[in-house]
Amino acid sequence: MLRIERLSGGYGPTQVLRDVTLEVPEGEVTCVMGRNGAGKTTLMRAIMGQITRSAGQISLQGQPLQSLPAYEVPRQGIGYVPQGRRLFGAMTVAENLEIGLMTRGKGAQTRETVLALFPRLRERLDQAAGTLSGGEQQMLALARALCLDPAVLLLDEPTEGLQPSMIQLIRDTVTTLRDQGVAILLVEQRVEAVLNIADRVAFMEHGRMAEITPAQGLVPDGAIFQRYVGV
Amino acid sequence: MGTGPLLLLATLEGTVMAAVLALAAVGLSLSFGVMRVVNVAHGEFFMLGAVLAWAVAQAVPSAPLGFVAALVICPVLVGALAYAIDAGLLRRLKHDPEATIVATIGLSYILQQGALSLFGPDARPVEAPFTLRLQLPWFGYSGYKLFVVVAAALVLLAVWWVMTRSRAGLVMRATQIDRATARAFGINVDRVYAGTFALGAGLAAVAAVLIVPIQQAHYLMGHDPLLLSFIVVIIGGLGSIRGTLIAALVIGLADGILSMLYPPTLAKIFATLAVALVLVFRPQGLFGARP
Repeated sequence: MLRIERLSGGYGPTQVLRDVTLEVPEGEVTCVMGRNGAGKTTLMRAIMGQITRSAGQISLQGQPLQSLPAYEVPRQGIGYVPQGRRLFGAMTVAENLEIGLMTRGKGAQTRETVLALFPRLRERLDQAAGTLSGGEQQMLALARALCLDPAVLLLDEPTEGLQPSMIQLIRDTVTTLRDQGVAILLVEQRVEAVLNIADRVAFMEHGRMAEITPAQGLVPDGAIFQRYVGV
Repeated sequence: MGTGPLLLLATLEGTVMAAVLALAAVGLSLSFGVMRVVNVAHGEFFMLGAVLAWAVAQAVPSAPLGFVAALVICPVLVGALAYAIDAGLLRRLKHDPEATIVATIGLSYILQQGALSLFGPDARPVEAPFTLRLQLPWFGYSGYKLFVVVAAALVLLAVWWVMTRSRAGLVMRATQIDRATARAFGINVDRVYAGTFALGAGLAAVAAVLIVPIQQAHYLMGHDPLLLSFIVVIIGGLGSIRGTLIAALVIGLADGILSMLYPPTLAKIFATLAVALVLVFRPQGLFGARP
């Protein structure tokens, strides 16, 4: 589905990603783990075309993405939930969803599907996004990305700072999407969360892809987590 | 004339001033709010609108038709020029706030001297589309000036509708809040910027076409609208359309009333003092968001 080959890039002259290769297959959750500064968020931003890509290829279902301008990437079917949510806070919940729908979604049908996943948002459609609780904001960030009707979903630490019930809701949603065939690339720091949800785990270190391994068989106190995440 | 009628006349004059100022200032506020570009050439877009209105009115023999043609053609021409300037100049500077200030300073001189070369230094009158006079018990008042207020209000209402109710406005507001996230949702930010710059310049041109039957067109007429627009936008809050409208009303009315009752310089002193006080005590403006 999404294929990243020997990708290098960073912020202006500062190279952060070095030779990163990763595949995100359809109907699987691929988790990216690593210490702070390992390049996880930069990888997400590179896929979205938000930072300079100096070498390598990114393709979605065989179609190259790396030469497209950033605004064309989501139009190909890649939804992005950035770290910190980055909602349009002064706009209402309905307007945030509309931004996603106008780009690629199938209008009312997609909107209804998304609101069925997050019924609480339906009650808050006219409320400013910035006034929602943290959990509701995360729901909206995810819902907004789903309004693109994405084939691939990039999630950058979606459970950061949330209470346990909300974390469970986000996890359940991710599982549902995976079962529907969406390819999911998830940046996550909690080992337990990764083991619950991931099909494969990719460990990054110093901007490189250090190791990619099936999640099955990994244990929370395993040496691999100690080595790459420090837990 | 008694104090009451004099005050009424001053208020009417101030309302006309406020209406035109609001149009020009909302144009400036849009380009700053959405693009973070301080457009120093905004006054020259106003001037171009006025000078082109004269040129169009000259080309069309009938006064009402000439004015209507100018009201339609000039904002489109000025908007198209602004679109091209954004695509050819500001985009190349990556809309960097500091670089674009310098670029628009240069641009203002180019536009000003271009207008001087093409149209000459003389002030050019444009005939009002009608000469209706409203006879009040104390004085007569130009029906055209009241038309300017109504026309400006309608245009501002249309801008409000576009910004709050249309898809174009939604996209512009999303870009204003967070352009990186807007791109991540398929919004072509460069096109939004060019469209916003064109809309801002077009609004300045509408204001100029409306005022030119009252003031005459000449190549140096962009200074005052630029200065007053900046004052209004700073008082109202950079990027806040509501603040801009309220500030335009206050500054316009103050200018009209003070200029009528006292020497006109006092009105400029008032506006400058107001902006200084806002900058000292509330730098984000009356309705602007705290950075």
